[in-house]
Amino acid sequence: MTRRRPLPPKVRRGLWVACLLAPAAAVMTLFVVVPVLGAFADAFRSFQGPRPTGWVGLANLRDVLFVAPYAAATWRALGHNIVVLLSLMVVQNGLAYLIAFALLKALPGHRVHQVIVFLPVVLSAIVVGILWKLLLNPIFGAVNETLALIGIQGLPWLGDARTALGSIIAANAWHWMGFPALIFLAAMQRIPREALEAARIDGATDRVLLARIIWPLVAPATTIVVVLTFIGSFNWFELPYVMTGLEGSPGGATDVLGLLFYRTAFGAVSSGLEDFGHGSALAVLMFVVVAAVSAVALRVLRAREIEL
Amino acid sequence: MRKRLAGLAALLGVFSLGGGVARAENITFWTWRQEDKGAYNKLFAEFTTAHPGIHVRFRAFPPAQYQTIVSTALAGGKGPDVLHTRAYGGLEQLATPGYLVELTPQNDPELANLPASARAALAVRSTGKIYSFAFSSQTLGILVNRQILAAAKVPEPGTWAEFIAACKAIKAAGKICIANGTATGWMDEVLAGDLTGPMLGKQFFKDVVAGKTTFKDPAYTAALGRLLALRPYMPPGYTGIDYPTAQQLFLSGRAAMFIGGSWEIANFRRQNPKLAMDFMAPPAPAANRPRLVSTFYDGGYAVVHASKHQQAALALVRFMGTKTFGDQLGAMLGDVSPIKGVKLADPTLAKVAAMASESVPYIMAVSFRYENPTGSELLQGALQKMFAGSMTPEQVGATVTEGIARYYKPFQGK
Repeated sequence: MTRRRPLPPKVRRGLWVACLLAPAAAVMTLFVVVPVLGAFADAFRSFQGPRPTGWVGLANLRDVLFVAPYAAATWRALGHNIVVLLSLMVVQNGLAYLIAFALLKALPGHRVHQVIVFLPVVLSAIVVGILWKLLLNPIFGAVNETLALIGIQGLPWLGDARTALGSIIAANAWHWMGFPALIFLAAMQRIPREALEAARIDGATDRVLLARIIWPLVAPATTIVVVLTFIGSFNWFELPYVMTGLEGSPGGATDVLGLLFYRTAFGAVSSGLEDFGHGSALAVLMFVVVAAVSAVALRVLRAREIEL
Repeated sequence: MRKRLAGLAALLGVFSLGGGVARAENITFWTWRQEDKGAYNKLFAEFTTAHPGIHVRFRAFPPAQYQTIVSTALAGGKGPDVLHTRAYGGLEQLATPGYLVELTPQNDPELANLPASARAALAVRSTGKIYSFAFSSQTLGILVNRQILAAAKVPEPGTWAEFIAACKAIKAAGKICIANGTATGWMDEVLAGDLTGPMLGKQFFKDVVAGKTTFKDPAYTAALGRLLALRPYMPPGYTGIDYPTAQQLFLSGRAAMFIGGSWEIANFRRQNPKLAMDFMAPPAPAANRPRLVSTFYDGGYAVVHASKHQQAALALVRFMGTKTFGDQLGAMLGDVSPIKGVKLADPTLAKVAAMASESVPYIMAVSFRYENPTGSELLQGALQKMFAGSMTPEQVGATVTEGIARYYKPFQGK
């Protein structure tokens, strides 16, 4: 009788890891990889309603990028996504960085403030959207009613092309600011106390401390925050959908790629028809942009990280 | 033994045949109208009484996701047996790929109960084949609060000049004249379609559909331009007033008029039964011109091709095409059924039906919602810009014409 030779430890470990990963990989394949590949395939097809009618090569991609009226909508939406990204990066993450520093100082009541800052993050985007839509209502809204008390006539915030996108960005910043604040706070708390105290003894003000000492030392947190903000900004959907509708009202002033994709692919009840081909082409473009820029950003930002 | 087996087989055969006759069939009906559940279940119970053994299950989905859910289900070979479909382009998207059963005078003799325009709204344009039975005719008009008009001593305005004068008087009396804002795109199209219909008249619609003219036509852009005169009489911050806010302004008695359609009547009554509400036709451009309303069909009932109970489903659609069903639809839901001879006990609905007999089509929905970008899509965004002052009526006309020209040859190069 021959005894089976035991497998080498490396192989055994590999098999064990494969067994552990298999369920997650199967779920990912079924619910992420297959739909993504399906969307890729649909981007090269024409459709009649929900039924594919044939392959059209790059025609859908060409239409959404270069052919009127699709192209104008795509570039306008992309421009808005970039505005959202930059605004959130400066307003939301900038304020989050300052709040994190204030919380780091452990002033009286900082624990309550920490909860208050993080509280909106746990709310659903739909709830936040409806809440801010009500607050900004030109007639019943608390914002304009408060302004009226001091003699200022409020604007139709979500109905004016100059203020609509900014209003949604402000709502988004209010909703999410707690998240980068907590990430920054955790990163700041990892900085050795001695380093900060030494800087203080050398006469560093808060401003110097924030810009020259803390900023480089929280680089890993910044990497996470920047990449997540980028992905969030390019997948922006719920807030503009709830606050200004699928058409990105008024007159497309709040239209972003997420809304444009949904509207193009699935149509809108009282206006557009389903167009899965062009919709999938937009989805593929969004996927490629987000994946490529995230990869580059990760590489660049990781290069400036310092090991503490 | 052989004889006994043969006897048993015969017995089983008889039972299975009998089972075929009396077997219960459960069919499903999908719709976007959740609020109609009670009424439909009552009507379906009547259907079951008339067709013992066929039971209908009502299932509703959110209106905004309905078309997506239906498309996905049908593409996957699933879905209900009977479907509430949209009309015009929305129907073509499901009918052309073969997801729906064609309705013919043979399998659905009740088609004869519909006027030609209703049959055309639920047919595929290229073949003329009908795939859905029209369920409701919608009429665009103005819902008015009679109490506010009386308090401002304003009679029902019959002409555009009277309409503007009425708004001035209502504003002077401290009320908002028009509840509508412009933040909801499809409501802007309703407002424009409603009020420009009588200004443009029937011939313009015939010409634009025939390609003899376009939306750059000075008559069209002039009609749009006249709408700008309404801005002082809309709510403060009207560009930020969306559809639900406008509804609340009207329902709460803060605004005198709501420019909308007949589909609002039942809903408004439910929300505020005490409201002194009436429905009037839009004003005529001048005293010697008719006050034409704009009309369209909301959708219909269709049999799904993949249904395993096609005969039962067809029986249900036939039932939905009877005058009795149409009468009850009006009585219970406030829908104006297009079925010939339907009686509307509600005086307001009867008035609406009478107005609809002399009408113009709600142009974008009826003729330019078949291909992307649809006329509605182009017009809605452009109207928002026009009301905000960042686009002229001429630019609106040009935007719509050039967008439609992508697939509509008569507009190309014009």
